[in-house]
Amino acid sequence: MLPLFVIIPLSVAFIISLIGRFYKRTGDILANLASLSLLILSISSLSAHHIGSVSVSVYKVGGWGGFPPLGIYMVLDGLARFMLITLNLVSALVALYSINYMEKYTSKYKFYILFMLMLAGMNGVIITGDMFNLFVFLEIASIASYALVAFGTESEELEASFKYAIMGSVSSSFILLGIGLLYSYTSSLNMADISAVLAEKGYSNIVAFISVLFLMGFGLKAALVPFHAWLPDAHPSAPAPISAMLSGVLIKVLGIYALTRIFFSVIGVGHIVLSLLMFLGALSMIVGVFLAIGQWDFKRLLAYHSISQIGYVILGLSLATPLGILGGLFHLFNHSVFKSLLFLNSGAVVYSTGTRDLQKMSGLKEKMPVTANTSLIASMSIAGIPPFNGFWSKLIIIMACIQANRLGYAFWAVLGSILTLASFMKVQRYAFFGKIKAGLKEVKEVPAMMRLVMVILSIICLVGGVVIIPQFNQVFLKPAVDILLIGKQYANAVLGAIP
Amino acid sequence: MSTYFLCLILFCVGLYCLLRKRNLIKIIIGIAIVEYAVNLFFILVGYRMHGRAPILHREQEVLNMVDPLVQALVLTAIVIGLATTALLIAIAIRIYDKYGTFDITKINKLKG
Amino acid sequence: MSKMKQDQAGMTLIVKTITRLTVGLILLYGIYIVLHGHLTPGGGFPGGVIIALSFIHLMLAFGKETALKKLDQIRASLFESAGAIMFLSIASLGFVGGYFFLNFIGKGRPFNLFSAGTIPLCNIAICLKVGAGLFLIFVTLVVLSKMEER
Repeated sequence: MLPLFVIIPLSVAFIISLIGRFYKRTGDILANLASLSLLILSISSLSAHHIGSVSVSVYKVGGWGGFPPLGIYMVLDGLARFMLITLNLVSALVALYSINYMEKYTSKYKFYILFMLMLAGMNGVIITGDMFNLFVFLEIASIASYALVAFGTESEELEASFKYAIMGSVSSSFILLGIGLLYSYTSSLNMADISAVLAEKGYSNIVAFISVLFLMGFGLKAALVPFHAWLPDAHPSAPAPISAMLSGVLIKVLGIYALTRIFFSVIGVGHIVLSLLMFLGALSMIVGVFLAIGQWDFKRLLAYHSISQIGYVILGLSLATPLGILGGLFHLFNHSVFKSLLFLNSGAVVYSTGTRDLQKMSGLKEKMPVTANTSLIASMSIAGIPPFNGFWSKLIIIMACIQANRLGYAFWAVLGSILTLASFMKVQRYAFFGKIKAGLKEVKEVPAMMRLVMVILSIICLVGGVVIIPQFNQVFLKPAVDILLIGKQYANAVLGAIP
Repeated sequence: MSTYFLCLILFCVGLYCLLRKRNLIKIIIGIAIVEYAVNLFFILVGYRMHGRAPILHREQEVLNMVDPLVQALVLTAIVIGLATTALLIAIAIRIYDKYGTFDITKINKLKG
Repeated sequence: MSKMKQDQAGMTLIVKTITRLTVGLILLYGIYIVLHGHLTPGGGFPGGVIIALSFIHLMLAFGKETALKKLDQIRASLFESAGAIMFLSIASLGFVGGYFFLNFIGKGRPFNLFSAGTIPLCNIAICLKVGAGLFLIFVTLVVLSKMEER
């Protein structure tokens, strides 16, 4: 039932565009049903008998099989299951949140169309096993996100969207060029087949060139530091639920997932690529957090922290040790939870007070207790204070750095964590604590749905640490780590699993 | 081989246009040139010496044809390029509406 | 008075006369390309573009109102969504044979008009989507630039 991950959001998007104009509630109902059913589907794809072995299931689209593979394959392995759950968890909660939040915008149904298209694109990127199909889904998700950033059509939003769209198109062109070169070298578009052919043909200069192209393309999508310029503009400009989606999952699915899938499973990571990624990760970690400290715009500060936290994920993954990959993936999951919670909190503040400037708000704890408490939990989580989930993943990453004898990187990770704590203490101090300002006496707490979503996410933050307990780890994180650890054996695993 | 180099030059022309021009519309044209260069590269990859178009016809047998797969890929890429360009132009028109200019140096409300 | 205004919209008499003669032919040519998509070069996308061009041609020659009277924005957007849903349902109907996107109808003999299973149906769906979509893009850009003149 793999294609359902693409069919459900696409069909819902088109049905909303057909009848959403006439019935106002269609968007709310259908989009929430769809994202909820996707969440259930992705959780049900985890089952107990996957424990122990690298289990891969392959779906032949259109029944095209053959060797070398002719048609498009959809591949569900441990990493894809992990990413699907992360993505669909966040998107289901964000869809619930948008019911109230998006009331103030006109033509709300268009928002749901774009949201569902973006979801379809991201689900497609995760489950596809075909190089060009990955590009197509990636573009569906990106184009929908360009439009969503400009959704408010104010001047800042348009400017941010234009910048984002230009950067995104350039990165897509690099990726497409890389795919073309890869096709000309291996005469195949199937990832597993490409991996097998590359292993047979051996390393050459053209593979290095392709690696550079992919690193630039997906690095731009993931906002690694030399390529990060668009993110602090684009993410804050979008409506809050979309900021949560963009920062929470989009950069991870289009950037990190695609990067690791291609480098670990298809091309194969060499020593040079790994140390380059490690360096870029550490650079993002530090530069992002230093840029964040000086910000006074709530959402912009959060966007800079996204760059910094992405650095942690990349650092963990590029250590390429079992512990490092575990820490990176665990931090990826945690970051998508607490960063979307923080963006939803900022959305709640904007919803009630109408401002994003930290200097103009103060003492909101009194009037908005739910928002204040959930954001306190999320801040402690992102800063890595025990017992919240962020602490455990950062601890694992730092331990992995020490284990791999990379003490310098461990030091930078600790420093980044301390600076994160400092910048979130500033947020809490200015926004929620202190005495309430005269202009904010009339502020009310946000509607029920928004509160519910924030509470659910903060509970996940609180109990997220349990994922590393062996029973959960076995079904959720371990299979994903195994897929990355076997590296180019992925080809055999997929080609052997063809029905 | 020289065709590949010309293709690369086209790509670089597009990138130059993208990086150096200050007019929004010219930047969009730069994006389009980059996309066309990549599409051209795909077609070149699929070319076989003295190959024919991969179209079946009654009472004819094609012995030597170019790779049809890349042509399908290029069609898809063109459609995606169309969507991107249309979106970019719509955004550029709205920006002109708000700022009254296409000059990118004057469109700078976002900073920091 | 309104009729006078109607006449003045668009281009000169020569262009209008030629357009009146050719626009139907362009539309027919587009339909031909779509229906023969599985036999000759062409298919849903090029055919849809040509069909959209016939409407755009009408708009250029006669002004916005005349073209929108033939196909207004709401109806075009309905056509677009209907095309997309049709394509998706053809693809999903492949599940009756066991696979998504399976070509489940009998293929027929090659080079016949009724052959190739679901491909002609897909072409029609794509044509609806692309034709209406491209027309909508054009109309939207025109409306946007009109808005800024004011």
